[in-house]
Amino acid sequence: MTEAAYDAIVIGAGHNGLTCAGYLARSGCKVLVLEANDHPGGLAATWEFAEGFRVSAAHLLHILNPQVAKDLALELHGLKCAAADLRTVALDGAGGQVAIYGGKVEGVDAADAVAYAEFHRQTQRFTKVLAGFCARTPPRLAERGWGDNLALARLGWDLRSLGKADMRELLRIAAINIYDVANDRFENPLLKAAIGLDAVLGSHMGPRSPNSVYGYLHRHLNDGLGGGGPRVVQGGMGALGEAFATAAEAAGAEIRYGCRVVRIDLQDGRVAGVTLADGNGFTANLVLSNANLKTTFLDLVGPANLDAGFVRRVHNFRAQGVTAKLHLALDGLPEFRGLASTDAGARLLLTPSMDDIELAFNHAKYGECSPSPIMEVSIPTLHDPALAPVGKHVLSAVVQYAPHRLRGGWEASRAAFLQTCVDRLETFAPGIGGMVLASELLAPPDLEKQFNLRGGHWHHGEIALDQALFMRPVPGAHRYATPVSGLYLCGASAHPGGGLSGLAGRNAALQAIREQEAK
Amino acid sequence: MMKQYDAIVIGAGHNGLCNAAYLAKAGLDVLVLERNPHIGGASVSRELYPGWTYSNCSYVCSLLRPEISRDLELPKHGLQVVPYHGGVTFTQDGDYFGNYPDEERQLREMARHSPRDASAHQRFEVDVMKQTRLIRQFLLKTPPDPTSFKPRELKGLLELAAAFTELGEEGLLDTLRFWTLSIGDFLDEYFETDVIKAHMSGSGIIGTALGVYSPGTAYVLLHHYMGEVDGSVGAWGFARGGMGAVANALASSFLAHGGEILCAADVRRIIVEKGRAVGVALANGDEHRAGIVVSNLDPKRTFLQCFDAGDLPAEVRTRAKNFKIRGSSGKLNIALDGLPTFPALPKHSPLVLADMHFSDSLARLERAYDDWKAGTWSQDPYLDMLIPSTVDPTMAPPGKHMMTVFVQYCPPTLASGPWTPEARAAFGQTVIDQIAQYSPDFKSLILDCEVRTPKELEDEVGLTEGNIFQGELTFDQLLFNRPFPGYAQYRGPLPGLYLCGSGTHPGGGVMAAPGANAAREILRDLRRPNTVPPGYPND
Amino acid sequence: MKPHDETLLLDTPFAAGVRRACQLQDWGHWKGYATPNAYEDVEQEYFALRNAAGVFDLSPMTKYRIGGPDAGAFLNRLLTRDVGKIGPGRVGYCVWCDDAGMVLDDGTLFHLSEGDYRLCAQERCLDWLHWSALGFDVDIQDETAAVAALAVQGPTSCAALRALGLDGMQDLKPFALRSFAFDGGELLASRTGFTGDLGYELWTAPDHAQALWDALFKAGRDYLIRPIGMAALDLARIEAGFIQAGEDFVPADQVLRPGRGRSPFELGLDWLVDFGKGPFTGRSALLRERQRGSRFRFVKLDVQGDKPAADSFILNKSGKVVGHVTSAAWCPSAKRNLALASLQMPWGRPDDALYAEIYYSRELHWTRLKARCKVIEGPLWDPPRRRQTPAPDF
Repeated sequence: MTEAAYDAIVIGAGHNGLTCAGYLARSGCKVLVLEANDHPGGLAATWEFAEGFRVSAAHLLHILNPQVAKDLALELHGLKCAAADLRTVALDGAGGQVAIYGGKVEGVDAADAVAYAEFHRQTQRFTKVLAGFCARTPPRLAERGWGDNLALARLGWDLRSLGKADMRELLRIAAINIYDVANDRFENPLLKAAIGLDAVLGSHMGPRSPNSVYGYLHRHLNDGLGGGGPRVVQGGMGALGEAFATAAEAAGAEIRYGCRVVRIDLQDGRVAGVTLADGNGFTANLVLSNANLKTTFLDLVGPANLDAGFVRRVHNFRAQGVTAKLHLALDGLPEFRGLASTDAGARLLLTPSMDDIELAFNHAKYGECSPSPIMEVSIPTLHDPALAPVGKHVLSAVVQYAPHRLRGGWEASRAAFLQTCVDRLETFAPGIGGMVLASELLAPPDLEKQFNLRGGHWHHGEIALDQALFMRPVPGAHRYATPVSGLYLCGASAHPGGGLSGLAGRNAALQAIREQEAK
Repeated sequence: MMKQYDAIVIGAGHNGLCNAAYLAKAGLDVLVLERNPHIGGASVSRELYPGWTYSNCSYVCSLLRPEISRDLELPKHGLQVVPYHGGVTFTQDGDYFGNYPDEERQLREMARHSPRDASAHQRFEVDVMKQTRLIRQFLLKTPPDPTSFKPRELKGLLELAAAFTELGEEGLLDTLRFWTLSIGDFLDEYFETDVIKAHMSGSGIIGTALGVYSPGTAYVLLHHYMGEVDGSVGAWGFARGGMGAVANALASSFLAHGGEILCAADVRRIIVEKGRAVGVALANGDEHRAGIVVSNLDPKRTFLQCFDAGDLPAEVRTRAKNFKIRGSSGKLNIALDGLPTFPALPKHSPLVLADMHFSDSLARLERAYDDWKAGTWSQDPYLDMLIPSTVDPTMAPPGKHMMTVFVQYCPPTLASGPWTPEARAAFGQTVIDQIAQYSPDFKSLILDCEVRTPKELEDEVGLTEGNIFQGELTFDQLLFNRPFPGYAQYRGPLPGLYLCGSGTHPGGGVMAAPGANAAREILRDLRRPNTVPPGYPND
Repeated sequence: MKPHDETLLLDTPFAAGVRRACQLQDWGHWKGYATPNAYEDVEQEYFALRNAAGVFDLSPMTKYRIGGPDAGAFLNRLLTRDVGKIGPGRVGYCVWCDDAGMVLDDGTLFHLSEGDYRLCAQERCLDWLHWSALGFDVDIQDETAAVAALAVQGPTSCAALRALGLDGMQDLKPFALRSFAFDGGELLASRTGFTGDLGYELWTAPDHAQALWDALFKAGRDYLIRPIGMAALDLARIEAGFIQAGEDFVPADQVLRPGRGRSPFELGLDWLVDFGKGPFTGRSALLRERQRGSRFRFVKLDVQGDKPAADSFILNKSGKVVGHVTSAAWCPSAKRNLALASLQMPWGRPDDALYAEIYYSRELHWTRLKARCKVIEGPLWDPPRRRQTPAPDF
């Protein structure tokens, strides 16, 4: 059975899919969003992982684009922050700590403090240029039209506006590693570790990997837009997903849950609609996929309907996750060594040095889990006590490195790695092991299954320079439009990548509208 | 009254000599000062064991720009480059992967390991050659300054943009991908066989403090593919008589143009007067004066060791301090009583003349890098081993052989402290043991073995930390960023001061392009006619 | 581990016979195999093809066996023509393109039996076949060395093969194939070839190769059969107007310089592109080219005079270079001076005034000739016997 036609169908109600649907609906399109799960948000999801304990997949909001938030009126539609502008505190496990807040760093000597202020100033300027670029469809570089020339001229102007010194510095560091940049500027190992971790979180990279500076700039994308530290969403990140959904619906989009798209239907090489797992279908001339690149093309469109060279590019897209998510239900509030009690609710980074991160990364290269993993920890219950029974707490940690393609397989290793993580936490927060009431480890294959995320990669694919900016995800599909006429990418696989910014969804919608109008 | 020269070049390495030759050719009165009693820098042939010649630093030749070789008449001055062919990587299971000059034979050997890889090899070669064609256009050019609005810079930038635009949209994006990918990831897009990938990846890490899975190493591969022997792009050869032949020919050409070389002249300081470089002071107290001073030393050594702190802008000192020049390679030079046998190879295999390697997987190569990161030499190193005496009869007595073994990785200092003679011997033994696993008679043939760590390279040749390229080939130090942003056009921070070493564009290897490019800029500043040839057109 | 074959040049399965016959010792290399450029005399070999029968050892030709449940669907996505129209027992000439619609290679597809195919090509393309196979349940094997092949071409070829014992050969239609018992094994015959004349290709396992060679020359003696080398074949294929990868176009995956590839339209192979059959690699690009127009036109030129226009520039009336010759020869049977040329659009229309710039040497005296060219429409060499079934005896 095929239901009445829509102007546009969005596959997946992740935040980007919903953003995309919201913008399309605002422009007057009749939009249908189809979601396989029974709730919106994708990784912006919250669930009860143990009785009375609720936890979110993505746990901190870093780079939600202010324009997206404003256009969709997310606050009007229910987005509330339990805490905003969180402090970031790096701990070395031996009592040392460094806190970063408001562009300043505490716990370091005067020279590092001055150097960090300068670093922050430059980061703000660089990310301002980057954020501008990320909010647009990347221009074509060789086969340019006047619009592309204009966009390139604008980028050139933005770069030149940095002034000679800053422009030179940006061109110098853009394609190198965070390890050298941090070592050149700072002495304090913990400060360097905090910066290094920001650069590689979510990536198959260590601080020494060239290109990791780009990871840092991406994580700090909002610095140039006046954004502060990360936020904790009231009710868990799922509430953000709900807010996106409500906003999209308010704009006129229709969302259907429990609708797993199994095929994108084509007619004479262009999009005609989609087919669901139950055999039902919808027709539309415009389909925007929030699913990741490989799912979209290898599973939904199918290689047979694509040129073989493009299939090769899709196949070679690097999208193997190395990041796991750890959730602990705790009997009480753990005490981290060296952490001021006022900072217990901060964003905690657990690694003493960049070399420690690099050592942890070494194992990922050979398909092994880090024996001494690094973590980004948040205890959301300190800001939002409703997430756990009274007096109890939830610890949510992003853990690296845990490669998707683990040697020996995850079934045999999940429990052991969970224990490794708890043991590592124990060295930072002695006694925490005894407080654990329940636990959950979502390794990349689990994320893959739970969130329909092929490869289990948080960002749908590595955000490394070879698949970023002009090249994301792959040549041929790098400007939201794809080789299949009428099919667009609107998820984190597309420029500018993941991180709950909403930009991929927004840019895709605007690009699709522009191109449809041009026809 | 001391003689006033037009120009003084510090360091008689190949780039210093090339630079000096072009200045002398323009009619300048040029003095080259060399700390060692012999010229050549890292392009030397030395008889450290009687009867044997060691190319004890650089050991093969491909990058030397043919325009320069021809223009400075290096063949007339004694340089002959004899191409060698082929390569082999031995595997731990007793097999090997061979690389033959004959295309069909090569494909058959690849197909022995994987028919699919044999077929993909052509795609690999074409894709790499496309990148080579692009980069070769810029070797004999001064990089434009992207922050400047001057017409000359804008013209340079437009040329750069045009070269990229010519590639077409997909081609351009592929180029950007190539420059940012790791050699491991790049090879994964072509080949399925570990030993083939391992064999191909070596060029991505040689001389570089990065692993096969570090982004940016695909570009390093290019740095080893962009040379040529007689128009055969990507080919390598032996300089007859060892790599000293390159420096000797350059020196001979320079002398023929009226230049002067002073050896055992250890420059301690560049003299600055009224904010201008005016000469140099030697360790023995002598001073030499000149209108301009050109440093062939690496940027770190130039700015941090040859100047009084007050003579330089603070920014330049900071940049020099932060300049990445990491020793990552070692070298063994071995005199052999005869030709070692490699039982894995068929009898009479031409591969005994080839480049030999013993790392049969990317994982082994990456682990070798992990050791370096941890501050120790690789316990299972990547070796690039050649026996030049199989091609060049001048390297060893008849029937005897000379072996050169390049070793990746070897740190400039050890985590446990500085290099000691014992540590150096242990490092050498690691290498010898690896080779001996594949050649049972190898150890018994060794007559003499010179083991070089980055420390020897620094102490003898003056390359800081023993980095063979005078600075890492990462993007913060390439093109208009080499050596530092704002100083990529061979001019130093003071009037009268220039850089001409591999620390400048287009970087290391026995290429001589930095020296020639620097000469062109100097002559431009002096308003003298240019003597440096343009690059051959990119057809 | 497989032992390495250290020989520099391989022998084909017919080597014993070929080596005996190759009196000139004029050897060329073809994909790593030793192949005669000529056996005794190029002219006689050429005329054997046009007047009697010539035998060419095409064993080095790259051959892939393609099977599995999705073989047909896979080939339909790979090739530009509709594979569904090549039924079992039929052969089709075909090209395949990259995403940009540029030709990777041309070849012949043999539909051996339902769902079982053999693809014969000039270039190796296993890498491309494997990438194209993603998402298809197919089995692809390189069977180049496992199949020995001879082309028997010319007016007496059918009669010679019947004398060999291949009964009913005369009833085999063009581009059809049939299996025969031979030497205790199987011999596959197809009515195909690269000469534009009546002719057959024989395919068998290497074990039967020697027997086939010997029997064929014994049976064919009365039909004036003789072995022919690469040079004679090349002359015949130019006369027939057939293109060859590496000569008349650069396979797209070997192109270094942007814009040097050619689409099927730009090689005059429009008839091989079927937009109605569903998706295939290059389809979108070729559709765009159809809308926007091609960059080049591939033409056959009749060049004034008898000096072959090899490697010539093609000029227009005002002397501007508008293209170049890719293959050229004086054609002894058609009695024309033929050139195959790639011209920039819009040149190459029937009435265009075009000139070939020909350089030739007479006793080291180089002469430059501007020869008038006329665009030839239709085939230059196309004897009726090429299509007749039953095939005539001579």
